[in-house]
Amino acid sequence: MLLSGFPAAQPAAGFAGGLLIGLAAALMLLGIGRIAGISGMTARATGLERGGTPWATAALFLIGLLLGAAIFETVAGPVEARFPPHIGWLLAGGVLVGFGARLGSGCTSGHGVCGVSRLSRRSLVATAIFMASGIASVALVNALGGGWS
Amino acid sequence: MRKAALIMLSGTLFGAGLALSGMMDPARVRGFLDIFGGWDPTLGFVMAGAIAVMGIAWWVQRRMSAPIANATFHLPDTQRIDGRLILGAALFGAGWGLAGLCPGPAIASLITNIVPAAPFVAAMLAGMALFPLIERCKGAS
Repeated sequence: MLLSGFPAAQPAAGFAGGLLIGLAAALMLLGIGRIAGISGMTARATGLERGGTPWATAALFLIGLLLGAAIFETVAGPVEARFPPHIGWLLAGGVLVGFGARLGSGCTSGHGVCGVSRLSRRSLVATAIFMASGIASVALVNALGGGWS
Repeated sequence: MRKAALIMLSGTLFGAGLALSGMMDPARVRGFLDIFGGWDPTLGFVMAGAIAVMGIAWWVQRRMSAPIANATFHLPDTQRIDGRLILGAALFGAGWGLAGLCPGPAIASLITNIVPAAPFVAAMLAGMALFPLIERCKGAS
């Protein structure tokens, strides 16, 4: 499906993928009673966080995450992925994402999907800020001639 | 057993959803944030789909006394908007824009594109490890 005016957009795949993500988070909420927050579960599964979600819950969820992507590729073929051409973007981005997600108590999944849909004030504020900051970051890098996509 | 199966199923659906949605394509994520350039609205549709389902799930949750496969709900109840939340979200967004990756897609990419995903995930874990160290220094001073 095409969206007029945006030739590169994939609205149908995006929306269907979003429904699956929502379903996954709903299963976690109604089945286990927990937020599907991936940064928190990553910190927990790797031993960087000791409290909160039980270790086995975090580890099983992350194994499932890998399994889901692998199953998708087996069924539908390679996932389109254009990564930054320089490792510097990956390293700098990674450190900021990891530190920022811990300091801000969540990322795109916990705040952006679970918190926003709950109308949590904290998550609405966090999501507005990381979207604005992401927009500024892309605009700044592009303006400095470092844009890669 | 039922609990473990539900958690695995949730993770699996999440991973498949990320792969289908375009969130695992850093250039597309960057395109969504590039509102001053060639804006790609795809991720708006991802958010809309996920939030629609979760909106219903929260409506159901408020009418349940306990989750299906656990004794109680374990949900955050903090309401406070403080400097940590604001600075954390701002740094997170800056990194998201730089690399076009957030934690979920980055981890799922370890199985589909390990060469570029591994340095990002390693740096992300280093960033996560840095956080309690800074907390401790602040506590000691």
